[in-house]
Amino acid sequence: MLALFAVGKAQAHPHVWVTMKSELVYGADGSATGVRHAWTFDDMFSTFATQGLESKEKGKFTRDELAPLAQVNVESLKEFDYFTFARANGKKADLGAPADYWLEFTDGLLTLHFTLPFKAPVKAQTLDIEVYDGTYFVDFALAEKEPVSLVGAPQACKLAVARPGESGAAASKPGEAFFNNLTPGSNFGAQYSNKISVKCP
Amino acid sequence: MPVTTLAGRRKAIVWFLLLAASVLLLALGSDALAQFGVPRAPAPPPAPDGIAGWLLAKQAEFYRMLSGTIRAAKTDGSAVWLLMAISFAYGVFHAAGPGHGKAVISSYLVANEETWKRGIALSFASALLQALVAVAVVGIAAALLGATAGTMNRAVWWIEIVSYALIAAMGARLLWVKGRAFLREWGSMRAPRSVGAAATRARHHHAHDDHHHAHDHDHHHDHDHDDHSGHSHGPTPDQLAGPGGWKRGLTAIVAVGLRPCSGAILVLVFALAQGIFWAGVAATFVMGLGTAITVAIIATLTVTATAFAARLAATRTGYGSLALRGIEVAAAAVVLCFGIALLAGYMASERLLGA
Repeated sequence: MLALFAVGKAQAHPHVWVTMKSELVYGADGSATGVRHAWTFDDMFSTFATQGLESKEKGKFTRDELAPLAQVNVESLKEFDYFTFARANGKKADLGAPADYWLEFTDGLLTLHFTLPFKAPVKAQTLDIEVYDGTYFVDFALAEKEPVSLVGAPQACKLAVARPGESGAAASKPGEAFFNNLTPGSNFGAQYSNKISVKCP
Repeated sequence: MPVTTLAGRRKAIVWFLLLAASVLLLALGSDALAQFGVPRAPAPPPAPDGIAGWLLAKQAEFYRMLSGTIRAAKTDGSAVWLLMAISFAYGVFHAAGPGHGKAVISSYLVANEETWKRGIALSFASALLQALVAVAVVGIAAALLGATAGTMNRAVWWIEIVSYALIAAMGARLLWVKGRAFLREWGSMRAPRSVGAAATRARHHHAHDDHHHAHDHDHHHDHDHDDHSGHSHGPTPDQLAGPGGWKRGLTAIVAVGLRPCSGAILVLVFALAQGIFWAGVAATFVMGLGTAITVAIIATLTVTATAFAARLAATRTGYGSLALRGIEVAAAAVVLCFGIALLAGYMASERLLGA
């Protein structure tokens, strides 16, 4: 389904809208272990992706029926680093391939659930996570209510969230992220970025 | 050069460089960077403010209204008109934004010294074909065969490969023809000065008188091959332009129009799922109409700018005409580059679709 991304490379306006909810998952020792996403796709794309798929009940799909699609989905996303970019204390923190993932179909909308594990658990004063598509084929928007939550984080940790265009508390200092990550095209899409920032003393 | 002073000639060259730049900018649209970007690295999206950002926001807005309107059209017949209006607006804005179609058409027109009328005809024909292909893909694959999104993606992928190969081939052919013409002209410019000066002047007068009639004649183009005889005789624009009738225009139409717009495919599949496929088909054609209008406007602007350059070339001797040939070569190269860049980009993403 995300194979459609391939089509998108020559197009520079969104054809897919994602409403995202994310959780930052922490281990017992207080270090972040992964990012758990739930991405809900827009109605047209959900319809397109499920077109022709077999299901027992017409117009409804179970998790099992959607399993092959979820796999294609997650495999395709690898190419794009899952559109998720993490930095611990300003340094890039690598995320691995998701081990658990599934799709659900509710009210005509597909939601992809998956957890990206940090390659090494992150213990940092500042953990920044950005979600965006630099090619702007996919438009990511944080959900209206409780878009981000911390799971098992130390009490003292503070969460801040900034939507695209906002320069909220989560936005990194001007220039800092830019110079840290000055690879081709790396941070230009950041203007469409959803920024999640966790500060732990 | 009896009349033209050195300063005058320099001025003419500067003029032409400016014109060449503006013509190419028009032809390329705002997304040259995105098109030629390294396939793997995400291309920088345009700034969210400014004209590009506004266009993006507008088309995104209209696009997002489509699904709701299709749903409404299911129960309320009058919503169909709203759907048509939104589709039209989406088509207009979609074509104004980044996309290779108008860039290829514009470059093709410049390289071929085509008329604005032909530009408009090409724009509409390719947009119509684009809509037809989208309807055919979804109509056959999804509606009749019940194919999955993956199958449709693969079908579109193959269509794209053919389309991009055609663009590259068209560019290569243009580059070959125009490149040779440019070299011949350059060669004749370097001919002995005493003879060259007068000869050049006379030739270009003759040449551009011809030019005004160029599009009334067909098949002149083919004489290009026989032109080995005289390098002292530069090619006339008549020979260079050679409309080639519908046959050659058809290559451009197919090359550009073959690739369906993914927005249209999504709309069609959505309409199909809602049980009102016909509304999706209508929306697709109206979108195509909007697209055609925008592309036609851009094509007309491009042709007008080139025609202006041609007039300058007629009044200023020597280098002016050479510069015009140069613009054509550059435009031909742009078409070729687009073809190759698009091919390279899509070949690279093959594994995505294989999954």
